Amino acid sequence: MSVTGLEFAGQEAAAGESALDADAAKIQGRSQWQLTWRRLRRDKVAMAALAVIAVILLLAIFAPVFVAITHHPPNIAYPNTGEDAAGNPVGPGTAGFWLGTDGTGRDLFIRILYGARISLFVGFVTTAIGAVAGVIVGLMAGYFGGVIDTVLARFTDAVLAFPYVVLALALAVVLGPSLTVIIGVIAFFSWAAIARIVRGQTLSIKEKEYIEAARSLGAGPFRIMIFDILPNLLAPVLVLATLYIPTAIVFEATLSYLGLGIQPPTASWGDILADAQNFYSTSWWYVVFPALALLITTLAFNLLGDGVRDAMDPRTERVLAAGKARRRRRGKHQVLADGQAELSHVAPYVPPAEGS
Amino acid sequence: MALLGFLLRRILTGIVVVWLVATGAFFLFFARPVATVAHQLAGHAATPQVINEVINNLGLNQPIMVQYWHFLDGLLHGNLGYSYYSQEPVTTMLKQDLPPTVSLVIGGVILWLVVGLTVGIISATRARSLFDRSANVAVLIGLSLPVFVIGELLILVVFVPLNQHGFSWIQTQYSGPSNGLLTWSGHMILPWITLAAVQAAVYTRLMRGQLLDTMGEDYIRTARSKGLSERRVTFKHGVRSALTPVVSQLGVDVGQLLGGVVVVEVVFGLGGIGQVSVEAIDTDNLPVIIGFVIVAAAFVVVANIVVDLVYALLDPRVRIT
Repeated sequence: MSVTGLEFAGQEAAAGESALDADAAKIQGRSQWQLTWRRLRRDKVAMAALAVIAVILLLAIFAPVFVAITHHPPNIAYPNTGEDAAGNPVGPGTAGFWLGTDGTGRDLFIRILYGARISLFVGFVTTAIGAVAGVIVGLMAGYFGGVIDTVLARFTDAVLAFPYVVLALALAVVLGPSLTVIIGVIAFFSWAAIARIVRGQTLSIKEKEYIEAARSLGAGPFRIMIFDILPNLLAPVLVLATLYIPTAIVFEATLSYLGLGIQPPTASWGDILADAQNFYSTSWWYVVFPALALLITTLAFNLLGDGVRDAMDPRTERVLAAGKARRRRRGKHQVLADGQAELSHVAPYVPPAEGS
Repeated sequence: MALLGFLLRRILTGIVVVWLVATGAFFLFFARPVATVAHQLAGHAATPQVINEVINNLGLNQPIMVQYWHFLDGLLHGNLGYSYYSQEPVTTMLKQDLPPTVSLVIGGVILWLVVGLTVGIISATRARSLFDRSANVAVLIGLSLPVFVIGELLILVVFVPLNQHGFSWIQTQYSGPSNGLLTWSGHMILPWITLAAVQAAVYTRLMRGQLLDTMGEDYIRTARSKGLSERRVTFKHGVRSALTPVVSQLGVDVGQLLGGVVVVEVVFGLGGIGQVSVEAIDTDNLPVIIGFVIVAAAFVVVANIVVDLVYALLDPRVRIT
């Protein structure tokens, strides 16, 4: 496959057409999205991650179906069947509880499913808000420059440099914990990183000739930003967003773990894991299953994000091919050289200290 | 001379930043309805008279600008106020709560740098080898796991079984170095691993990416072509310049973490700046919250200044102006 986005479709040109039509059919244009999808489809790990995400989404959406099957609503405790004589949770498979019960005798499996709803909802919504806000701020700062840029850049720096966890907790307390507040707090901390990348990209794109052409045709700044610059920013923003979803999920879980997120009895993974602390010595499943749910979800999003980043980058195939060829030529342990270095120009979102 | 001017300017802007953070924190918390705070302090069964008394005692009935003035005045005299509950000066509390946090950060930093940089360098010099791929999986797992989950799993699979079998070196909660270094490290080892697990993942990724980028530079080719050994090229020319962004990330991280490693401290019950802040937030202990936020911000500011200085040392192109 060629890297330029043009591909020879071969013998598909039907006979009898005009020369012009035949040319058009021979060289088939592919949009960047089509190319990306083609590359992504060949990435087995990314596709597996996508499948896992789909399964988790389905499980979350159809959580009520599992309630109907098990007859265990998420917030109902079963002191008789769900707790042993000492009042501790019962293990997986006991008395119709597939993954055992929690500290108050509720069905752990059902609560994990309902926790998934919260996690995924928070992950998607905050990322969407953060991406939109980040793009707007970054675009304005990069395009207009000057005072707007300075103010926005300093503000972005301030947000990135704040004692982050403490401030998030403080906001959650001052405003009172609720789903809306959690989403607001997480979104507040997510736009800055995206804005920074968008600003950098905008700075380089706005110097391109076609922007100058648009301007000379009389296009206003907003028209240029929306129709000429924005489409070129979608790729890096999409990658950042995919990589930001797991961070948001972890953030929500951490807030809930500290008791400042989603309030009980609503199930959330962080809250389940906080309760599980009291049952370390008796009930391993109480810690292990929600932790696994969290790990599988965030890992799947991270793997998918890495895959999307590689697929977006036309250098991927060249790097892979060149790497293979060079290894064959010079032996295995040679470093990559000559600018084939790595696909790291769209940096992954690096979680702030503590990764929380 | 340039250095002195640079330091002066950075310290001045740093003070402004700390003042901004302090003011922000002050109004964020003091803008809350006074009655809620007093109610929290006096308990649920308190009568209106008791609540009024609490408000008067704490000076919460004064206009907010007067309170703000008192607060700034105290701040300038190194007085951060007194805890609403224990009446202890906030500065005394800070002195007590710093050791666990500092112990945690120092040990954690050493551990995560050793692991992160070693794995990152090996991964980069053997890109796409089996080692690199396995390391990449480990990094992704590290990035995907919340800190508290790692801590909880460590407690579940290390702390609980070991202690059930009478092996009691590894403990939770904090015990200062004055109780014996062995005891101290036993109490700190799980928190160190927990903190380092996530951070090592971040640093491995950073180091690998940076080193790969650097090794593609022209001057690396020059170094190779003049016949230097691959090891010398990697370490003397590659790693040295790849370290610059690592150092800046390290500075930011250490600054942030010294302001409280909230989650690790809570999971292992270490006390420390982070855990005490969370408790203060939970109990509306305003002077404590603000004092700790100010200290946290100060750490970030100092760390940034140090990073800029180290930058100039590492990278000869950077000039301090």
